[in-house]
Amino acid sequence: MIVFRHELRQGRTALILWAAIIAAMIGLCILIYPEMAKQMGELGGAFADMGGFSAAFGMDKINFGEFLGFFGVECGNILGLGGAFFAALLGSTALAKEEKEHTAEFLLTHPVSRFKVVLQKLASILVQLLLLNVAAAGATALAVILIGEAPELKTMALLFLSYGIMQLETAAVCFGISAFLRGGGAGIGLGLAALFYFFNIAANLTENARFLKYITPFGYTDSAGIIVDGCLPAKYLAAGLGLAATGIAAAFWQYGRKDIAS
Amino acid sequence: MEAIRTVSLTKYYGKSRGIIDINLTVPEGDFFGFIGPNGAGKSTTIRTLLGLLTPTGGTADIFGRDIRGKREEVLADIGYMPSEACFYPNGRVGEIIRYSAGLRGRDCAKEAARLCERLALDTKKRISALSLGNRKKVSIVCALQHNPRLCILDEPTSGLDPLMQREFYAILEERNAKGATIFLSSHVLSELQRYCRHAAVIRGGRLLVCDAIERLGHTYAKNVTLTGVSTPPALEGIRNVTTEGDTVRFLYSGEAAGLLQALSGMPVTDVTITEPDLEEIIMHYYKEEGK
Repeated sequence: MIVFRHELRQGRTALILWAAIIAAMIGLCILIYPEMAKQMGELGGAFADMGGFSAAFGMDKINFGEFLGFFGVECGNILGLGGAFFAALLGSTALAKEEKEHTAEFLLTHPVSRFKVVLQKLASILVQLLLLNVAAAGATALAVILIGEAPELKTMALLFLSYGIMQLETAAVCFGISAFLRGGGAGIGLGLAALFYFFNIAANLTENARFLKYITPFGYTDSAGIIVDGCLPAKYLAAGLGLAATGIAAAFWQYGRKDIAS
Repeated sequence: MEAIRTVSLTKYYGKSRGIIDINLTVPEGDFFGFIGPNGAGKSTTIRTLLGLLTPTGGTADIFGRDIRGKREEVLADIGYMPSEACFYPNGRVGEIIRYSAGLRGRDCAKEAARLCERLALDTKKRISALSLGNRKKVSIVCALQHNPRLCILDEPTSGLDPLMQREFYAILEERNAKGATIFLSSHVLSELQRYCRHAAVIRGGRLLVCDAIERLGHTYAKNVTLTGVSTPPALEGIRNVTTEGDTVRFLYSGEAAGLLQALSGMPVTDVTITEPDLEEIIMHYYKEEGK
């Protein structure tokens, strides 16, 4: 477990910063909800009537004036996009940074198998994502209590679950890609996360691009659908988990056989 | 037992040459030098032995264990010092040393403290604030703190000041006296001549020669420069003579006593006798091989 602990120590500052910023933004967003809700009476309809724009962000299906609807779109975007970027950063750098910083030569000449290195790095990514989401959930709970709302717990849990799985998939795909890289993969990871996000917008906008929901992990974080259906969309979720498994398998396969650059 | 044994070890990077057909045997307990110019294949050989690179062909054993099949067992016996000492930047020296020991599942605190004291290494310093020489010292401690049976050291002394180089070799000699095998690569010939018992010369990815260091040393010439004369002494073993004003340069491959005796009877105002550089020695073996 020493690589695992070392990874957590190495990523501690970044995790604290990301978690604090995302948690603070979600908390603030929830705290301004009562003020917004007062003004939503007349605006709610306008948000739902902006045609393609409303559809792109799922605002056509939910009531923006209700807390869950507001939370799903506003806070969902913060945790969704922020979490995806953090997950992409973790996934794309965990393996590649060792070669970029020439520490792979140090690490891999110790009697630790590459399989164990990959496994412990993967575990550290999962734990860091879990901690980020715990911080976000904690800030949410605190802010919800402060504004006196009582949203349905099951729906809130489903929303958080969808963001968590989405981050896991993003990290896993980036992790798989990073095993093939010889240098820093941060740019590729962040670019991929942004691409996933825009795939989802495109899929929401037009029927012709709906297939992109099978590719982007944002496909199953659509809060409107989750709130209305009370469950995660199984077909997109299954495709996402398949992609995540492929990314992880690719990382083990490639890192176990690759030549380590000097 | 042999500490290192390679049979036709070959590594290509795609189509470009790494090492070709390396047959190398290093007996356990030896102090072995691996000589070659930059890009000759020294690091490729070492990195292949350590499992960082997968060989394209051939086999390599460390203490009789195949490097590919039993990588973890093999690495447990090795202390490795890379030519570039790179560590995680946001940590302190002590943390890196403990991390290295932890990766071996060992508590090496006592030996690490002893080595740090001998090398005057401050364990509280941040890695990011270290000079090249101090990073090299961290690398030495990480490579030696677990008392490995085999020390593989790639260009170990570059960046170390002369005093530290001497201390470093003193530590290596102590380890060697206790039975550890030392395998070190360098392009500084005098360094290897002083400490190694055997050496191998590599060039262009191929092993040119592998022999006792004395035998390697005697087969090449010395560069001699004389000032105050315009012709070299009449001795056998003199070649490549060049004259410039009152200075004459030549390569001499005979006995030192004969040269000194001949010089004593000449109006020489200055004498310089130097080792030929590595390239010249390698060219010597290159020519030998071509005969």
